[in-house]
Amino acid sequence: MSETSPARPASAASSAAFSKSEMMIVAAARELAGQRVCFVGVGLPNIAVNLAQRTVAPDLELVYEAGVFGARPARLPLSIGDPTIVTGATAVVSMYELFSFYLQGGLVDVGFLGAAQVDRFGNINTTVIGPYDHPKTRLPGSGGACEIAINARQVFVIMRQSARSFVKAIDFRTSPGNLGGAEQAERIRREGGWLGRGPSVVVTDLGIWHFDEDGEMRLDSLHPGATVEEVRATVGWQPRISDGLTATPAPTPEELRLIREELDPAGAYTR
Amino acid sequence: MTTSKVASMRDAIADLVRDGDTVAIEGFTHLISFAAGHEIVRQGRRDLTLARMTPDLIYDQMIAGGVARKLVFSWLGNPGVGGLGAIRRRIETGEPTPLEVEEYSHFGMVGRYTAGAANLPFYPIRSYFESDLPAANPRIREIESPYGDGKVYAVPPLKPDVTIVHAQRADAAGNTQVWGLLGCQKEAAFAADRVIVVVEELVDEAVVRADPNRTIIPGLIVDAVVVEPFGAHPSYVQGAYDRDNRFYLDWDGITRDEDSLQAWLREWVYDLDGRPAYLEKLGAERVASLRPTAPAPSGVVDYGQYR
Repeated sequence: MSETSPARPASAASSAAFSKSEMMIVAAARELAGQRVCFVGVGLPNIAVNLAQRTVAPDLELVYEAGVFGARPARLPLSIGDPTIVTGATAVVSMYELFSFYLQGGLVDVGFLGAAQVDRFGNINTTVIGPYDHPKTRLPGSGGACEIAINARQVFVIMRQSARSFVKAIDFRTSPGNLGGAEQAERIRREGGWLGRGPSVVVTDLGIWHFDEDGEMRLDSLHPGATVEEVRATVGWQPRISDGLTATPAPTPEELRLIREELDPAGAYTR
Repeated sequence: MTTSKVASMRDAIADLVRDGDTVAIEGFTHLISFAAGHEIVRQGRRDLTLARMTPDLIYDQMIAGGVARKLVFSWLGNPGVGGLGAIRRRIETGEPTPLEVEEYSHFGMVGRYTAGAANLPFYPIRSYFESDLPAANPRIREIESPYGDGKVYAVPPLKPDVTIVHAQRADAAGNTQVWGLLGCQKEAAFAADRVIVVVEELVDEAVVRADPNRTIIPGLIVDAVVVEPFGAHPSYVQGAYDRDNRFYLDWDGITRDEDSLQAWLREWVYDLDGRPAYLEKLGAERVASLRPTAPAPSGVVDYGQYR
């Protein structure tokens, strides 16, 4: 697909049948196929991994930073410290044990994070907009994200993309991605003995980005209804678009049913 | 035979929390002692350093109540909902009073309590590499392994003057048992000079001794035991009541505006004399709606007798 011809794989009727947020969550869940142990971040990652456990990755072990390994939540928790992640879990441990043995010990395959700002190399800001000492907007901060980005074998990111979130330079680097590019990042990870290989995918409301040999984000798949023009308008740099750009398959009726009826009937994540 | 440490919330806070103290009310989403936080506000403590991994609504309320000069934390928000308005206003605009902040990551805070509890000069972790956090907080420092195998980051010990935790049950000596999310309460309690335990239920020593694996804090380090059922609302107690997510959602509107926040504090903290009055105001229907939908008891384990 050329960069100038917008992908419109879905008809108006079918693209109207699901929201951009639902498409983003479904696409993120599908990326977890074949993964075993996933460390679940607060917010959008939470619904994506819960959908994955019910669809493409039934054996996925959900790790919550609150101290749970092998969660089997019966409902989608609003917070990631909800009682439903405890009842029926494989193990409930102290946060010391969770971060020391499970994460830093190298047992986490995927760290699934959200972000307020991301740059072309997948470096993440969740701390401040503006200068640290006098922020324009104070954001939540790291939580466990900084150590997840360094110690999880790979990092998945899910976030809505906009000119404010996909920026040329992030205001604060909370969690390292591919730093200034693959060469530098690989050297620093090797010399520092990091377990993590860094970010491997960013799923947004418009498409799916993977990281190329330079460690830079490349749009590989465009969601139904989204256009390359729209993608360009919501990225603060000249984005790389794959020569083999594909169209993300629309959510299946079963994926939509799981989101709407089981996981998020109140629409808290999909509004 | 040990003497009873059971005290009223009013007396425990009056005796053990002093102006200028570093106070840690810990509990990760689970078991947050809102009752103790509200009593600290009512008693008008000042210049506290408040430490918590996730300040949550309780520190938003306490900081709005004017008790703190400094906040030590690792994730500042209302999970799944939004921001903490009182804290954000003080950081972003310095209004009505500035707030000093000292910021870590979760693992950094856990490491700090661990070093405090274990009497270590620092705790080493594999985090903060290539992050801007060490520049923002110079107490996070890179160190070389003494064994020549690379660098790690060190965080300093955190030793609260007072740690306050909520729990399912304790005996009168303060032997405290918890199930569900454990957070970093054990580390925070062992790191502290003084410890207040707030419980849903006071039990006989025999109940504790029948299940010693569940004891996370021994009475040895506990100064006061306060019996305050529903004292963790709107957070939750595993097996007893659910997180009141409706309240967490409502807070988003209340905290956006300083006037509405101060009005809430007047209605729910200053004008009430304690948790029983809070519960009465909350209403039996709301309380009943938060009970678990069904029991999920653990299996019984057999420790055996060995004479």
